[in-house]
Amino acid sequence: MSGWMTRNIPKIVVAPSLAAVLFFVYGFIVWTGYVSLTRSRILPRYDFDGLGQYVKLFRTPRWDVAIENLFVFGVLFIAISIALGLLLAVLLDQRIRVEGAIRTIYLYPMALSFIVTGTAWKWILNPGLGIESVVRSWGWESFSFDWLVDPEMAIYTVVIAGVWQASGFVMALFLAGLRSVDQEVIKAAMVDGINLPRIYVSIIIPSLSPVFLSAIIVLAHLAIKSFDLVIALTGGGPGYATDLPATYMYAMAFSRGDLGQAAASATVMMATVAAIIVPYLYSELRPRHD
Amino acid sequence: MTDATLKIAPTGPPARRRIARAVLRGLLYLLLVLFVAYYILPLFVMAITSLKSLDEIRAGSLMSLPQSVSLISWATAWSSACAGIQCEGLQPFFWNSVKMVVPAVFLSTFLGAVNGYALSHWRFRGANLIFALMLFGCFIPFQVVLLPMARTLGLLGLAGSLSGLVLVHVIYGLGFTTLFFRNYYVTIPLELVKAAKIDGAGFFTIFFRIFLPLSPPIIVVTVIWQFTQIWNDFLFGVSFSQAGTQPVTVALNNIVNSTTGVKEYNVDMAAAIIAGLPTLIVYVLAGKYFIRGLTAGSVKG
Repeated sequence: MSGWMTRNIPKIVVAPSLAAVLFFVYGFIVWTGYVSLTRSRILPRYDFDGLGQYVKLFRTPRWDVAIENLFVFGVLFIAISIALGLLLAVLLDQRIRVEGAIRTIYLYPMALSFIVTGTAWKWILNPGLGIESVVRSWGWESFSFDWLVDPEMAIYTVVIAGVWQASGFVMALFLAGLRSVDQEVIKAAMVDGINLPRIYVSIIIPSLSPVFLSAIIVLAHLAIKSFDLVIALTGGGPGYATDLPATYMYAMAFSRGDLGQAAASATVMMATVAAIIVPYLYSELRPRHD
Repeated sequence: MTDATLKIAPTGPPARRRIARAVLRGLLYLLLVLFVAYYILPLFVMAITSLKSLDEIRAGSLMSLPQSVSLISWATAWSSACAGIQCEGLQPFFWNSVKMVVPAVFLSTFLGAVNGYALSHWRFRGANLIFALMLFGCFIPFQVVLLPMARTLGLLGLAGSLSGLVLVHVIYGLGFTTLFFRNYYVTIPLELVKAAKIDGAGFFTIFFRIFLPLSPPIIVVTVIWQFTQIWNDFLFGVSFSQAGTQPVTVALNNIVNSTTGVKEYNVDMAAAIIAGLPTLIVYVLAGKYFIRGLTAGSVKG
């Protein structure tokens, strides 16, 4: 008995965590997936009903808005964060005197809750008292900036706050990448008389493609999960103009009491994330052969 | 040799090149400073707004410094602002967060250390699969577990309790903490463990005598990561708490979005700073470790 115990201690130690993950992650995914195939309303029902919830979901205008917003927000958020992060990393890579301090400032938003930064941006973008009044006080009396309450433009305020929060993090990723570029290649190019901007564009940046991939994956993942930022900044409004799938799911689950729709929207989110993360994890965890 | 090759590149007289270089450096620093302003600005605006009176906020500009500094809105935010129907400020919720964060961080870090050790140095069949399964768990959109989790917490008698939130954070933090420790422990030579085994040391002896003493750097990274994640969490907090057990992020959102009475922007800003201060302090003191955690979560170790 004790011999068996000694031999199997590693497995016994990992077993509770594995059991927890199997139940609370995979079991729950299966439960949610199944409930999305039933006619559950306020309480879950377990009689199978096919894809009715999904048909209903994709016929709901509010869900269309959420998907469209996710697309607009996701594309802009990823593209601008990467552009800004790369620019900052290249600027900081020029033997800057106080690099450590500057880097710390660029990255601090990532340590804050989206609720905190959402609250700050809500105040800055406040149509009456925020940026609008600052620009007016500079003499441009007719200046108007009311994106926060404009249903057409409100989603872009989420982009503004999101980029501010995440771009420093992208900078840190790129800076680490830049530091690992082979210095010999760069020296050789400089000796050949190639100027610095061209060295960056045609040698250094192309060699960062793994970093681009990581950054895109992480940002896409952040975008799909975005919930707190929208809640704090716009509350999903005006109306449901800034709803994202995450806020839609929450509204269905906790204020509308429509478990079927909540489960179906959560399952769509899950499938989207899995489509991005599984191939990435697979390629990262696969044993290397070199 | 190097002198000769370097002389090929330069063009133009050296003085002009030196001036051009100085101008470029100047522009570079100017750009960097402008970006510093961009990142600092929201924090700056929050801070000065929290120190102004409401009249001054309405009359003055967003960016102007307060004419008279007043800490009243900080006191209000801390002890008497209304979050929903409860008007005790952020204080009780701040302590809720502390009571939730401390056990959750401790448990998830400890379990991550043991798991990471077992999965990296006692490679049994299926160890890699188990690791992959756990790792995937930290990337799922948590919306997919909200409904069954709410029911399970109800069945366990933990609905709306801080213990329930601790449980949730430990479970969904396991993937990352295991990842951190596993990737750290694989760099410890296998020979060390083999030698210890020959000397008759068992699983736990090796862990407590050899691995734990080598672990402080990764423990710091993990604790900071978990602390930041759990303190900043909103989704689980808002889904699984009830009046009285809400964490500070949920209370902050309730204060800011309470619809009754006059909108007190200065109190909102003070409350936001209070809610953000713990993670901000940790970041300023140990930013290096925070960044290590961030990058470990996105780029493989």
